[in-house]
Amino acid sequence: MLDKATQRVVELRDWADERFPVTAFWRDHLARYYAPKNLNFWYFFGSLALLMLVMQLLTGIFLTMNYKPTAGTAFASVEYIMRDVNWGWLIRYMHSTGASFFFIVIYLHMFRAMLYGSYRAPRELLWLFGMLIFAVLMAEAFMGYLLPWGQMSFWGAQVIISLFGAIPYIGDELALWIRGDFVVADATLNRFFAFHVIAFPLLLIGLVMFHMISLHSVGSNNPDGIEIKKHKDKDGIPLDGIPFHPYYTVKDLIGVVIFLMLFSAVLFYAPEMGGWFLEKDNFVPANPLKTPEHIAPLWYFTPFYAILRAVPDKFLGVVAMGASIAVLFLLPWLDRSPVKSIRQRGALFKIALTTFVISFIGLAYLGTVAATPIATLFSRIFSVLYFAFFLLMPIYSKMDKTKPIPERVT
Amino acid sequence: MRLQRVNVLSLLMLLLVMLMPSSWAAASSGVKLDEANIQIEDRDAIKRGAKLFVQYCLNCHSAELMRYSRIGQDLGMTKEEVRRDLITTGAKPGGVMTVAIDKEDATRWFGKAPPDLSVISRARGVDWLYTYLRSFYRDTSRPWGVNNTVFKDVGMPHVLWELQGLQAPVIESIVDINGNTQEHIVGFTLVQKGQMDAQTYDDTVRDLVTFLDYLGEPSKLQRLALGKWVLLFLAGLLVLVILLKKEYWRDIH
Amino acid sequence: MSSNEIDHGRRRMLLAATAAMGGIGVAYVATPFVLSMDPSERAKAAGAPIAVDISKLRPGQLMTVEWRGKPVWVLRRNESMLAAMAQIASQLRDANSDELSQQPHYAKNPYRSINPEYMVMVGICTHLGCAPTYRPEFAPPDLGPEWKGGFFCPCHGSRYDLAGRVYSGVPAPSNLVVPPYHYVSETRLSIGIDPEAV
Repeated sequence: MLDKATQRVVELRDWADERFPVTAFWRDHLARYYAPKNLNFWYFFGSLALLMLVMQLLTGIFLTMNYKPTAGTAFASVEYIMRDVNWGWLIRYMHSTGASFFFIVIYLHMFRAMLYGSYRAPRELLWLFGMLIFAVLMAEAFMGYLLPWGQMSFWGAQVIISLFGAIPYIGDELALWIRGDFVVADATLNRFFAFHVIAFPLLLIGLVMFHMISLHSVGSNNPDGIEIKKHKDKDGIPLDGIPFHPYYTVKDLIGVVIFLMLFSAVLFYAPEMGGWFLEKDNFVPANPLKTPEHIAPLWYFTPFYAILRAVPDKFLGVVAMGASIAVLFLLPWLDRSPVKSIRQRGALFKIALTTFVISFIGLAYLGTVAATPIATLFSRIFSVLYFAFFLLMPIYSKMDKTKPIPERVT
Repeated sequence: MRLQRVNVLSLLMLLLVMLMPSSWAAASSGVKLDEANIQIEDRDAIKRGAKLFVQYCLNCHSAELMRYSRIGQDLGMTKEEVRRDLITTGAKPGGVMTVAIDKEDATRWFGKAPPDLSVISRARGVDWLYTYLRSFYRDTSRPWGVNNTVFKDVGMPHVLWELQGLQAPVIESIVDINGNTQEHIVGFTLVQKGQMDAQTYDDTVRDLVTFLDYLGEPSKLQRLALGKWVLLFLAGLLVLVILLKKEYWRDIH
Repeated sequence: MSSNEIDHGRRRMLLAATAAMGGIGVAYVATPFVLSMDPSERAKAAGAPIAVDISKLRPGQLMTVEWRGKPVWVLRRNESMLAAMAQIASQLRDANSDELSQQPHYAKNPYRSINPEYMVMVGICTHLGCAPTYRPEFAPPDLGPEWKGGFFCPCHGSRYDLAGRVYSGVPAPSNLVVPPYHYVSETRLSIGIDPEAV
C-alpha cells in the first residue's frame, strides 16, 4: 500500500511524464539500457571523459568570472585568481590539471576502441563523432592555452598559427586573418577567449550528445568483440546484457573515485607536474620581442608536433601533421580483419598495435625535446611506424591468423 | 575479467612517460644547480625571508601581484607586525608590494628594468634562485664589478655582497678536442670577507628563496594542508563504493 | 538474478551511506565555488576604512567621499539647520531612529551623528538605490513651503531631512544609512570602522 507522500511523488511523475519523457528517458538510457556484462576497467574512460567535460565547464564558468581577456590584463588576472579570489587557486588548478587529465582519459578511451575494435561496424559513426570530439577538444585546448598570456602561451600560439602560413597561396593571409593582427596580439587573445569559452564548448556538448545517442542506439562493444544483441531472451533482453543502472553506475563510481584520487594527488601535490601540465616559461608574461630558449607545446599535442618537425619541408610537415590526425578518422575502413577484439586477433595485429603505442609515446616524448639530429632521426622512424600502422592495416589485418569468435561473452 | 598483459604494459608505458621529468623545464644555461632544499611549510623561514626580501630586493624589484596583508594572514602576523616588519614604502597593509623606483631610471642604471618578482620562483625554480644568489663573482669588466655563473652578464649588482663578501672565480683551462683552450669557472674563493660565514650566508639565501617560493604561489600552504584530507575522504568513499558494487554485482553470474 | 538471495537491508544501508558521503563530498566541492563569488582580497582592500579631512568644511557645506564604491556625504550643519531639524519630528516616519539596522548605536540620536555638527551618511536612497540630491534651501518652489532643507531623491520623490530621516508618505521605507565611523582627531574622520573597534 502506498502511503500518501509516495502517492504524491507518483502523481507528480505522471504529471511530468505526460509533458516530458522523464521515465522513458530513465528507462531507455539507464534502467533498461543493456550493456554487456563483461566490460572491464577500460570502459571507465567514457564516463570519466564525461566527468571531465562537466568539470572543465564548471570550473571554466567560474574562472570566466574573474579572468580578463586583454593583453594588458590577462597575465595579472590569472594571478589575481590564484591569490585574491577566495579559493580561486583551487578552481584554477582544477581547470589546468583538468585539461591534461581530459586528454589522458580521451587517449585511453581511444586506445580502448583500438584494443577491442569498438570502431568497427556497426559503430563507425560512433567513432567518427568521437574523432570529431577529439579534434574540437584539441582546438579548445590550444585556444585555452593562450589565455594565461605567458611566454609559452604566446609563442606556442605564434608557432601553431604560423603553420597555416604554409598553405600555398592563401597561407599568409589566412594566418593574418586568424590572428587579427600582424603578430599574436590583443585581438587574437580576445577572439580565442570567445572561441574557448563559448563556441567550442557548445560544439563539444552537441558532439558528445551525438556520440551518446549513437552509442545507445548500437549498444556498447565489449572486450570479446561480440554483439550481445544476437542472443536475446523471449522478452527481447540480451542474454549477456545487464541494465546499465544500477550495475554499471555503481561500477563506474569506483572508477570515478579512483580517478578523483589520482586527480587530487596531482592537483594538491604537483599541479605543475614537473613542467608537464604547467610550463615554467608560462610564468613569464608574454613578450613579443623575446622567444624562450625552447618552445614545446603541452604534452598532449607533442606526438603530432613531433611528426611536423620530422618532415624537412614546411608545407609537407603541416600536411603530415594533419594527416596523422585525419588517418585516425579512417580507422573503421582500414581494418579488414574478420574479428574485432584483440582477444581473437593474431600476432600480426598485436605487434602492430604495440609498435604503434611505442611510436606514439616516443613521438610524444620527442616533441618535447630540442630537435637534435638524433632526436630528428628517431622522430622520422617513429613517424613512419605511426603511419605504417594505419596504411598497412588493410593488409596485415586481413593476413592475421585470428581465433574463432565465441558465441557468448566469457 | 581478464586483464591482458598488453593492455597493462601500454598503460605502464604511458604512466612512465608522464613521470619523466620535463626535459625542457630542466634545460637551461647548462650550469649545474645546487639544491635549495627549502621547507615551504617552515613559516619562520618564510618570515625571515620576507624581511630580507623587503630589505634587499623590494628597493628595485616589485612584487605587484602580492598583498602585504596576505603575507600577514598566511604567516600569522598582526597588522602592526606587518606594518613594522614588512612595509617600508608607506603602502597600506591591504596594498600590493610596489616599488618606488622609476622604470626609466632603472633601465638607465641596470640596462633593463628589474623584473617583477611575484612569480619568479615559478619561472626559474628554487634551485636556480638559490644558486644564482650565491654565484656572483668579481668581474671588473662589468658595470657593477660582478658577474654571475648562472646568469651571464647579469645587469643586477651583488646586493647581498656585504653579507657574503666578494668572491673571485677559480678558473680551469681545458683543451677541447679541436685544440682550443676553453676556460671554465669551477669554483670560487672569497677575496673579501662579508658579515657572514659561508654556512650562515647559505642559510640566509635559503630563507630568502623559501620566501620567494611562497611568494610565487602563496596558496601552496593551503593546498598542501588540504590535500591529505581530500585524499583521505576519497579513500573512505572508495571503500564504500567498492562494497556497494560488490553487493550489486552478486546478482551477476 | 534470483531476488530471494538479495540482502535488501544491506543494499539499502550501503546505498544510503554512499549517498550521504557523496553528498558531503559534493557539498565540500560546491563550497569553494560559492565562496569564490564573495568579495576578493582586492575588493576588500579597496573597501578598507578611509580617512577624511573635515577641517576645510564650512558650515552648510556638503562633501562627498567614496567608501566601498558608495557615495558617503559629510555635511557640516549650521545653526539654522540644527534648529529646523528639531521642529519637523512629527512629519517623519522614524524620527527617533528606532530601526536599528540603519545606523550604528552611537548614531541613534536626533541628529544621527556622533557630533551634532557633522552628519556622515551613505548617500543612497533606501527606496531603490538612487542618489538623492542635497537641497539645503528652505521652502523652494518645487519642494513646497514645508521644506526645511534636506535630501530629495529625483527618481521617485523620496524626501529626507538633514539627518537622513525619511518623511512620512514617500516611497522610501526607512532612514538613510549611517556608516560606521569615528573621529581620529577633531578634524579627521575615519569612515568604515566603529570607534570601539579601534
